[in-house]
Amino acid sequence: MMSESQQLLRVRDLKLYFRTSMGPVQAVDGVDLDLDYTQAMVILGESGCGKTSLAKAILRLLPRNVDSYTGEVYLDGTELMGMDDEEFRHNVRWAQMSLVPQAAMNALNPVLKVGDQVAEPMMVHAGVKKATALLQARDMFRRVGVPVDFMSRYAFELSGGMRQRVAIAMSLVTAPSLIVLDEPTSALDVLTQANIFNVLKRLKQELEVSFILITHDIATSSELADRVAVMYAGQIVEVSDASRFFEEPLHPYSKMLMASVPRLRATQEPEFITGQPPSLLNPPMGCRFADRCPSRFDKCSEEPPTAGQHRVQVKCWLYE
Amino acid sequence: MSAIINENVGEEKLPAMETTPDTSKNGALLSIRDLRVWFELRKWGFGHAGYVRAVDGVSFDLGFGEAIGVVGESGCGKTTLMKTILGLYQPTKGDVIFDGTNLAELVPRQMRAYRSNVGYVQQDPYGALPPFMNVQRILEEPMIVNGVKSKEARDQRLRTVMSEVKMTPIDDFVSKFPHMLSGGQQQRVVIARSMMLEPKLIVADEPVSMLDASVRVEILRLLRGLQTSHNLAVIYITHDLSTVRYFSERIFVMYAARIVEKAPVDDLLRNPLHPYTHALLAATSDPDYRNALTFKEVPPGEPPSLIDPPPGCRFHPRCPHFMEGLCDVKEPPEFEPEPKHLAACWLLR
Amino acid sequence: MNRIWSTLKDLRNYPSAIIGLVIVLALIAISIYTLIALPYDEAIRLWRGSEADWYNVPKLASPAWFNLFTAHDQPETIIVNSQDEGVDKTVTVKEETTEISIPLTFDYPYEGFPQEITVYFNVQYEEKAPYISVRWFTPTGEELRVGTVSVEGSYMPYRVSQDSKLQRRLGDEPPEIGLLADPNSEEPVALPGTYTMQVSAVAFEPGSDVDAELILYGQVHGLAGTDHRRRDLMIALLWGTPIALSFGLLAAVFTTLITLAISGIGTWFGGWVDEIIQRVTEINMVLPFLPILIMVGTFYNRSLWLMLTVVVLLSIFTGAIKTYRAMFIQVRESAYVEAAQAYGASNSRLIFNYLIPRLIPMVIPALVVGIPGFVFLEAALAVLGLGDPVLPTWGKIINEARSNGALYQGLYYWVLEPSVLLIVTGLSFSLLGFSLDRIFNPRLRGL
Repeated sequence: MMSESQQLLRVRDLKLYFRTSMGPVQAVDGVDLDLDYTQAMVILGESGCGKTSLAKAILRLLPRNVDSYTGEVYLDGTELMGMDDEEFRHNVRWAQMSLVPQAAMNALNPVLKVGDQVAEPMMVHAGVKKATALLQARDMFRRVGVPVDFMSRYAFELSGGMRQRVAIAMSLVTAPSLIVLDEPTSALDVLTQANIFNVLKRLKQELEVSFILITHDIATSSELADRVAVMYAGQIVEVSDASRFFEEPLHPYSKMLMASVPRLRATQEPEFITGQPPSLLNPPMGCRFADRCPSRFDKCSEEPPTAGQHRVQVKCWLYE
Repeated sequence: MSAIINENVGEEKLPAMETTPDTSKNGALLSIRDLRVWFELRKWGFGHAGYVRAVDGVSFDLGFGEAIGVVGESGCGKTTLMKTILGLYQPTKGDVIFDGTNLAELVPRQMRAYRSNVGYVQQDPYGALPPFMNVQRILEEPMIVNGVKSKEARDQRLRTVMSEVKMTPIDDFVSKFPHMLSGGQQQRVVIARSMMLEPKLIVADEPVSMLDASVRVEILRLLRGLQTSHNLAVIYITHDLSTVRYFSERIFVMYAARIVEKAPVDDLLRNPLHPYTHALLAATSDPDYRNALTFKEVPPGEPPSLIDPPPGCRFHPRCPHFMEGLCDVKEPPEFEPEPKHLAACWLLR
Repeated sequence: MNRIWSTLKDLRNYPSAIIGLVIVLALIAISIYTLIALPYDEAIRLWRGSEADWYNVPKLASPAWFNLFTAHDQPETIIVNSQDEGVDKTVTVKEETTEISIPLTFDYPYEGFPQEITVYFNVQYEEKAPYISVRWFTPTGEELRVGTVSVEGSYMPYRVSQDSKLQRRLGDEPPEIGLLADPNSEEPVALPGTYTMQVSAVAFEPGSDVDAELILYGQVHGLAGTDHRRRDLMIALLWGTPIALSFGLLAAVFTTLITLAISGIGTWFGGWVDEIIQRVTEINMVLPFLPILIMVGTFYNRSLWLMLTVVVLLSIFTGAIKTYRAMFIQVRESAYVEAAQAYGASNSRLIFNYLIPRLIPMVIPALVVGIPGFVFLEAALAVLGLGDPVLPTWGKIINEARSNGALYQGLYYWVLEPSVLLIVTGLSFSLLGFSLDRIFNPRLRGL
């Protein structure tokens, strides 16, 4: 239900185009999202669909070659797109929402102790002294399940799973209401992955923080998802509740994605999807999935479908 | 081939593998006996500071045309095991017997002949291809290195293999460079390259983990097709249990440089015997919304150091069924409670 | 091939690269032209500067285009030979004697004065030399007695400019000025017009003959001027181009290739091989480069090829080895190298076919930018007097200019011409190299 009562995050028609020597790349092309408090949304998509760009667009971590960046983003009722960069940096980014980027565990500073790195955002944003910040960092270490005596170690002394947990701690330390995680477990082993998701589930309960989890790993995404959004060629083609999505996806692409997941506990063989996603330089006229869709009909190539504003949204002419 | 949307989820079983694995010692393609591969740690370039025991007592037989999956987390030694089979590392102790010949007895020139019997499919398709060579050259290299002098012979073989991996039209692809190909196409080139010398065994190290979900299945199917049509043995190394069941007949589970369980696929999934296997299966998710409502049971701690492994069973510090006085004292032998299903755990004594 | 083509297309984005490339191509074109139009043996012979080749060329003459900048037109060399078609040589045979009259007529359109005036006589006789007298006719009709020539030998110059008796007769003006001066002008300018030098000879033997060649040496000559040995500088400037380019290119290419190979071998095999190479490099980096070259040149010989070899040898074991080593270490771990080991590639194949090609895009800009370094090195050696003794190079010109006091005498062209060429060469390769660097290096971030 789209009531006007406060939601944590409301994104409307978010667009992010990059300027390249061959023309503008429409990485994020009119994305709508709604996220409640203490809710986890999973954004599913394959490589090149624009999901990392979406994370960057929400957090305004833009590269230099931006062609256009438009839309509306409401965080806790405040409109963000109109804010100037300095205010955004100080008050919003890492204060109200933070990011655990892809391969975060490899992006830890090798010459700083990990405890100091987790304390740093506190010092920058809340302006507290180091001692206070370190106390807060201790708390975070405990919450993510890394022993506190590791705080004085360096990044290379920690295993991959621990480093990822440190990165999560770093994103939490300023008590934001929203954390965006971009492929948080893609390089990790299955036991470590399970551990990390346990941590995320616990954090969601204890700290009442919302998550946006961006991943291509459909199976593990079900560990955290309350809502699922499927991204294809720069657009969100389906949004629905997790309970609905994993049982019965609606969009043809979602169906094919679900069919391509190998399952441990079922016996059907996974199927692959032929073809390639369209170029984001020059997206096709109608529905972007049309040329790979087995259920397509004429209208699909002519007009891009709209999603409507329901709890379940599907960008497909089959469901008009 | 158009994809099929799963409207009806029937009880489809896998098509039976046509070759029966030949695992008698005489007829095995590959026999590994108590293999140990240790790397020396040097202090300051001179002093001896211990060994990293990457493979520490592995034994198994692999039949002609058989496909096995080796599953384990990073640091368990599966990569070292695989590279030793490929001839890139020397065994410290133990035997590697390929088609009746012990590798330790081979001189360097013979090693080259051995290497042409084992194909290597790597994890990162882009890194596995030299960026400055086009497909033609990439595929010719193994043949040139192994003395195939005639250009026509190489070209012929190249075209045969390319059509087998379905990189057609061939002429479109031969002049392309790796960066012009998609991830799936790159991996096909890697597979084609591994097939160039008509190997009897292919070692595939996480061949699809860096590919998109939709492409993975395609590549795995391709590998399985090649396996059946050429009677190729495949060792398929991965940490993803969900895929391994579709493409191998037996699974080996590795932990801390040893194999802790060996079983046919269905038996392992139905009835995991070793606690570690159990933990792995429990931690592997299927897409199910109910997952979000429960926490998973994960054994605490981390895999042990390979320099100084714990005494007795190496899993004992993390095992929920730890039995004091036994598990931390003696290493368990392999028990066989079901035919062909072996596990090294004192629970089975 | 595709790579080269796409690189050229990328270069279009950099105007500096286009300028550089155009100049480099021009230099190459000049080299090719020189090699064809002025063959090596010919050039060496001419550069030796024998009298026979250069006698009719003025000494230390500025380039002809200087006339664009001077107030009065400076003359070029005028040569009138008795055997020319326009010269009306008459031989009158009388009873006892033969009278030979050679009117050497010429147009003098300049306002400046020639450097010197010399008449070369070619006299044929047995015992008794003919009697030769020379008169001078100006355009205004004045006739001057120039003098009597005493004949010694069959070929002798009569240096009019150095005839002191004539000088006195002309009112203490040097003959080359006095003979041509405009009497009505206040400042010393020459009177343009038609002049005739009348050579009258009386021969006493039948069969005697006299021929004369009048040379008024110009103040300017040719496109590049001349040096102290009357040699046209164009020869050295032209020939200096292929020498400079080939020295620079060969030195740069050989140094780079050998450095790559050694660095690759060391990094691949590791262990003591690597250690030795690194230590040798460190020692070599400390050795003084130029003094060693000077020593070799002084104690052995100064041949260009010896210098080139020594330069290459000393340049191999330098910092580049360490830079390449760092890159090799990264590339060595690549998955495709491991795959190649798995299908049995030999060590040498791995180094040369798998590792080194990864570094070539990085190495090419450094190579191109290194070429001018070697060009300057060769010129510096020549300026110091250690240039190749035989070859005409740009550095050689500068060296000779310096030791003949060019700058004191205001003969700037002598120094500037080779210097400008050196600068232009350096600039063009550098522009090209820097742009190549900008093209190649972003792609190499994934190295």
